[in-house]
Amino acid sequence: MTNVALKQNELTEYEQSTMSSVADSPLQVFELEKRFGDQRVLQGLTLSLKAGEATALLGSNGSGKSTLLRTIPKLISPDAGSVSVLGKDVLSLKSRDLKNLRSQIGFVFQKHNLVPRLNALTNTLHGALGRTSFGRAWFHSIAPKELREQAYSCLERVDLAAHAAKQTRHLSGGQSQRVAIARALMQQPKIMLADEPVASLDPEAGEHIMQLLRSLSEHEGITLLFSTHHLEHALQYADRIVGLVKGKIVLDKPSAELDIQSLREFYGE
Amino acid sequence: MASSTTIPLPPRFSYPGVLRVIAIIGIFALISISLQGADISPRAFIEGLPYMWDVLKDMFPPRVDRLPNIGVLLLDTFYMAVAGTTLGVLVSFPLAICAARTTTPHGIVYQLARAGVSLARTVPDLVWALFFVVTVGIGAFAGVLTIAVDTLGFCGRFFAESIEETERSPEEALRALGAGKIAILATYILPSCTPSFINTILFSLEKAVRSSVVLGLVGAGGIGVELKVAMDTFQYDEACTIILAIFALVVVVEQISTRARRALLEEPHS
Repeated sequence: MTNVALKQNELTEYEQSTMSSVADSPLQVFELEKRFGDQRVLQGLTLSLKAGEATALLGSNGSGKSTLLRTIPKLISPDAGSVSVLGKDVLSLKSRDLKNLRSQIGFVFQKHNLVPRLNALTNTLHGALGRTSFGRAWFHSIAPKELREQAYSCLERVDLAAHAAKQTRHLSGGQSQRVAIARALMQQPKIMLADEPVASLDPEAGEHIMQLLRSLSEHEGITLLFSTHHLEHALQYADRIVGLVKGKIVLDKPSAELDIQSLREFYGE
Repeated sequence: MASSTTIPLPPRFSYPGVLRVIAIIGIFALISISLQGADISPRAFIEGLPYMWDVLKDMFPPRVDRLPNIGVLLLDTFYMAVAGTTLGVLVSFPLAICAARTTTPHGIVYQLARAGVSLARTVPDLVWALFFVVTVGIGAFAGVLTIAVDTLGFCGRFFAESIEETERSPEEALRALGAGKIAILATYILPSCTPSFINTILFSLEKAVRSSVVLGLVGAGGIGVELKVAMDTFQYDEACTIILAIFALVVVVEQISTRARRALLEEPHS
């Protein structure tokens, strides 16, 4: 397929080095299998991320990027394989423990998925729902002072404090996505997953969002795994690039070793 | 411009299938049988016209000396409608959560809740009124219970539909950050459904005011009793006053409801 693609089931030097430091890895998936009807979406997928590393997931539509991301916090249950997050076997966790673990994983979706009739501050506050009782993180007006201030500070970090009182349905796509990131920050996450976070945004807003995610990874040590179709974003904002084809990893290299041409070849362009 | 493909242009009209033809014939047959079965008689209508005119003549001018008493009864009727609607709406919330496929705690609970809502909705309010008059006695309380059950059927169904129509993606996002079912219900589903709930409640109140007027005819309190007495004793001028008062109440409530709906649901300027 391409000169940078791996032979299936063959580990790169990079992946071997990653696997050797598995004890430091906050996120590992092993031999993941997922089938939707007749279609095998994930085929024995194994991946391990280093703490604080930013990894881009590339692949055509239907290559398994979104399924992989959703399998990590068990929004989708795989048919086989294992997922380890922050040292915990995700698939064996019971409801309460699973909620606790999810509260430490930020997830930014393609569409921001906010509550449109609530303001930005309350939507951000919802990020605390996994670590506190819902009554404390329900509405900003009844939330305890420290949670309100935390939520406001998260909005400040994404440069949206001025819009804290605005209903999110009145915000632009880029602003809404920034609120979604603020909500994820409110979780105080160790890991951030992002499923095509800029797919519905204009280039300028998309660039801002990617810069924001990258700076969180760089300055706060958050392990970042994001899927994208923007090859430039993958090269510019990721330390490592992983390419999927039909649910298998066929490319796994540091972004410094890749260029736009090799990524285009991966896409078969 | 000539088409370059071999696929022909679709015809303007397509021939109806056999099932559709049978369905159309069936509908016409049903309408025809209903018209015959309803004993519709133009002759009886024409013969009744002079009597209608006589009743209308007796109604005017309306008798105004009983207006203060009628006003008090009208206010009681309105209170009955508000109390019944409030009670019905309060019970509708948990019932609708159980009757919505997306929020019900269990399949059996869903079936039971749906059945409860259907029963409340399909049995006419006058039948409920007769039931409550027999069980709790003649008076306004029977009317309040009737309106509550009627509201339950109306709001229960529309609340549940509104909950089911809520977009699922924000729910997935909240689940991903560790929120439980109750938290998702409270932080996302209920706030998202609020406009639809307000709309339904206001329609329900209008409906309750209209039905509270006729409930008195079977002894379930309100101004309906006075209307029945006036009609039975041929005091058409007093009946006219009551009918006009009812009309005024319904119009006022509808106007207030429309304005409230507009004020509460209007998109604020961003």
